[in-house]
Amino acid sequence: MTVPDHHPGAVAWLLLYPDTYEVGLPNQGLQILYEILNERPDAVAERSYAPWTDLAEVLRREGLPLFSVDTHRAARDFDVLAFNLSAELVYTNVLECLDLAGIPIRTAHRTDDDPLVLVGGHCAYNPEPLADFVDAAVLGDGEEVVGEITEVLAAWKAEGGGVRVDLHRRLATVAGVYVPSLYEVTFADGRLQGVRPSSETVEVVEKRTVADLADWPYPKQQLVPLTEVVHDRLNVEVFRGCTRGCRFCQAGMITRPVRERPAAQVRTMVADGLRRTGYDEVALTSLSTADFSGIEQVVAETVADDACGQVSVSLPSLRVDAFTVGIAAEIQKARRTGLTFAPEAGSWRMRQVINKLIREEDLYAAVESAYSQGWRRVKLYFLTGLPTETDQDTLGILEMARRCVEVGRQHLRNPSVTVSVGGFVPKPFTPFQWFGQNTEAELRRKVGILRDELKRDTKGYRGVQLKWHDPRATAIEGLLSRGDRRVGAVVEDVWRSGGVFQEWSEHFSLELWTAALERQGLTLEEMVYRHRTEDEAFAWDHLSAGLHRDFLWEDWRDALEAVGLEDCRWTPCYDCGACTGYGIEHVVASATPPAGGSQGTGQDLANGGEVPVLLTERPNQGQPVPVGGG
Amino acid sequence: MMRIRIRFHKKGKVRFVSHRDVARIWERAFRRAGIAVAYSQGFSPRQKLSFGLALSTGHESEAEFLEVELVDDRYRDQKTWEADRGLSPAMEVVEALNAALPIGMDVVAVAPIEKGDSLQQAVVACTWSIDVDDISREEAEAWVADVLSRAEIVVERERKGKPVIEDLRPHVHALGVTGATETGVRLTADLGTQPRALRPTELLVAVDPPLVARSVCRMNQWTSQGTDREEPLTAPVAPAPLAKVPA
Repeated sequence: MTVPDHHPGAVAWLLLYPDTYEVGLPNQGLQILYEILNERPDAVAERSYAPWTDLAEVLRREGLPLFSVDTHRAARDFDVLAFNLSAELVYTNVLECLDLAGIPIRTAHRTDDDPLVLVGGHCAYNPEPLADFVDAAVLGDGEEVVGEITEVLAAWKAEGGGVRVDLHRRLATVAGVYVPSLYEVTFADGRLQGVRPSSETVEVVEKRTVADLADWPYPKQQLVPLTEVVHDRLNVEVFRGCTRGCRFCQAGMITRPVRERPAAQVRTMVADGLRRTGYDEVALTSLSTADFSGIEQVVAETVADDACGQVSVSLPSLRVDAFTVGIAAEIQKARRTGLTFAPEAGSWRMRQVINKLIREEDLYAAVESAYSQGWRRVKLYFLTGLPTETDQDTLGILEMARRCVEVGRQHLRNPSVTVSVGGFVPKPFTPFQWFGQNTEAELRRKVGILRDELKRDTKGYRGVQLKWHDPRATAIEGLLSRGDRRVGAVVEDVWRSGGVFQEWSEHFSLELWTAALERQGLTLEEMVYRHRTEDEAFAWDHLSAGLHRDFLWEDWRDALEAVGLEDCRWTPCYDCGACTGYGIEHVVASATPPAGGSQGTGQDLANGGEVPVLLTERPNQGQPVPVGGG
Repeated sequence: MMRIRIRFHKKGKVRFVSHRDVARIWERAFRRAGIAVAYSQGFSPRQKLSFGLALSTGHESEAEFLEVELVDDRYRDQKTWEADRGLSPAMEVVEALNAALPIGMDVVAVAPIEKGDSLQQAVVACTWSIDVDDISREEAEAWVADVLSRAEIVVERERKGKPVIEDLRPHVHALGVTGATETGVRLTADLGTQPRALRPTELLVAVDPPLVARSVCRMNQWTSQGTDREEPLTAPVAPAPLAKVPA
C-alpha cells in the first residue's frame, strides 16, 4: 500500500463506514472512491470505521480522537468526512463518529474550520433524518462527483477559505449534491408539506449516473485486510443497475439503467485482481449476476485460468432457475455446501404484486438442480408484511419450503431448507413508497403463525428451519427509511441515550427509540404504519433518482391489482424516466434475454407479452407440482 | 514434490494479527508470489501448510516456522533446488515471498527438509525476550532470583472447564535480567514447551509481585537442549533482506 500523501494542495478526504471494520472494509463503493481520489494530484483519501463500544470508551477515557486506519491521522485534520450510508440503523453511529472526532454533530454548530461532513450511498436518497447533521448529501454514483467536489474544495482552500455558508452555496452548484441547510422544510397539522429552496439553488437535486462502467475499472487495487472480514474475497462488479422491476427493491429502482461492464474488462479485472491479492475466491457482483450477457463464458474462462491455483467463483445474487444453478455447478467444483435463492414471497399472486415473477416450477427446478448436483442445503429468502399480503400468502412460504425438502429427498436423506424471513420496509423512490408498513405487532404475529405452523406439523416440515429478522428493528428501519427532518431529533436523542450499533442485535434497543419518539411528539403510527395518499408530500420530493412520480404511482396501482411488468432491458420502454431524463441508455452486450428462467423477463413464458393468465392461479392446488420442468 | 521449512519474523503492528489470520496471509502470499504449493484432497481443498507452536496474539517473534510442500516445477526436487540461476532458488523463494508478505512479516531463511516430526512435537523450549516497564533493575533481579530459588511454582488453572494444579517451575529452564529499556528492564527466559508450552505471561503473574509485559518477543525455538542445542532452522541460511519493520 502506498502511503497517502498529504500536501497543502491536496483536499484530504476521510472516507468513513459507520460500522465495524469487519463489515465496512469490503464495501466496494468506499474502495472505489478511495482509489479514484488517491489517483488525483489534488486529493488524498484515507479510511476509518466505527470503533466498537470498548474502543470508543478507551478513546474517550484517554482523550484520543477518532483516527484514520491508514496513517492514524486525527479525523478532524481532514477537509472532508464522507460517510457511506448502506443501512438505516447505522445513523446513530454517524453521530458517534463525529463526536469521537471532536466535531459538532449539528451542522449549525460547526465553525468555518470544521471539516465538511458528507453522506452518500443508497440511504442518502432520503437524507432528511440526517439533514441537520450533514453539510451535504450526494446522490447516485460517486465516481465523477467526488472529483467535482474536490475541485470546489481545492479552489476554496486556495482562496484561503471563508464563511461556511458560502462553501455550502458553491457545493450546491455541483450536480448531485444536496445541501440541506439551503432548503426549508414546512409542516402543517403535524404533517410534512414540502422541502423547498430557502435561497437560490435548484428546486430538485438530480442523482449522478456514470454512463459507462467501462470508463471506471475500479477498484484496480482492492484492499486485502490482514484480519478476516465479511465477503473476504476479490469482488468484481459486472454491472450496475437492474431493470427486473421488483417493486420492493430500492436498489433496482435508483440505480437504473443497466450498465454492463465489457466482458473483456471483467476478465482482466478478475485475472489481475487474483494475482494482486492472492485471493482464491472471486465474486462477480451485481444485483442479478446471472443476467450478465455472456455470463457462462466469463465464468468458464475464469475457472479455466488457474494461474493462481484453485480459484472458486461465487455469484452472490443467484437467479431462481435451473440455468443459474448450472452456472453455479460449473464454477463451484468443490465446497458445495449451500445455495441461496430469494423467491421473496410465498404465493404467485404475491409475487405478481411485488413483480418478482418466479414460478414455483422455476424454484423447484432450481432446487432439484442444486440437490442433484451435490448441494446439501438450500436457503430461501422471503419478505413478509408486503402490500395486500394475507395469512395464506405468508403460510405459502412454508409450503414452498416443504416442497423444496421433498424435492431434496429424492437425492439426499436429510436435505435442509432454511427459510429466512425479513419484515418488509417500504423505501423511497419505489412503487411501494406509499404503502403503510406492517406494524411491529403485525409482523410479530406473522412470524408467529409461521412458527405455529411448523410446530403444528413437525413431521411434515422436517428439514425446514425458520429464521426471522427482529420486527422491532424493522419498525425503526421504516422510521429512518421514509422519515422527514423531524426524525433527526430522534436519532440524536437515541445516540445521546447511548444507542450506537443499532443494527447489532446485542445493542439494538426499541425502548430507546420509542422513548425518543415520544419526547419529540412523534409516533410510529403516523411516521411508518400509515398508508400515504397519491398527493402526499414525501421528504424526498426535492431529490430525484430520475424516476417519474407518476410512473411509480402507476406501478403501485398495478401492484395492487397484481399486474406484473416485464424487464425493460429486452422490451419497449415504460418511460420510468431514468434513461430519458439523463440522456443515457442501457449498456448491455446482448439484446436478447438470458436463457432459462422466467424470472421477470416474461419473454420465455409460453405466450409472451403480459404474464399468462393461466399462471395467475396456482395450478393443481394442493397437488405435488411436477419437478424438473420450466 | 519438495518439502521446505521457512523461518520468518513477525514484528511491529502485524503482531496483533491472530495465528489463524497469519495462516490466511501465508495462503495468499504463496499465490501472490506465484509459487505453486500442494493442496489437500477432498471436499474443501486447502494449501498444505503446517505451522509450529502458535504465537500468542500481540507477541512478536524472530523465530516462527512454517513447513510447506512445493509442487512448483522450479523447486520440485533436490536437483532443481541446487540449480544455479544466478540467484539461488532459496533466495528466489525468499524474495518472492517477502514481496508478497505484509510489512512486519519477513522470511529470513528457507531450506529443503525431509518429512519428520511435526514442529510442535520437535520443539522442546523457546527463548523469550520480555520487556517489563516501571521496575528497577534491582527489583527485577530480586524477582528473578525469587523465581529461580523456588523448588516449585504451583498454579491452578482451568483446562477444559476443570481446575488443574500445575507446577510451572520445571518449565523455567533459564531466566535472567539481560538489559535495560528506556522505561524498564528486559528479561530473557528459556521456557519449556513439552508437554505444554509455558507462556511468558503466565510466568510473570505466577510469582509476586506480578509483572506486566510491555512487549514480548520469541527469539528462538529449540529442538534440543544443552550447549549444542539446535533450532529448526537457523537464520540466515540464505542472506535475507533486512526486515522492513517500521519504527
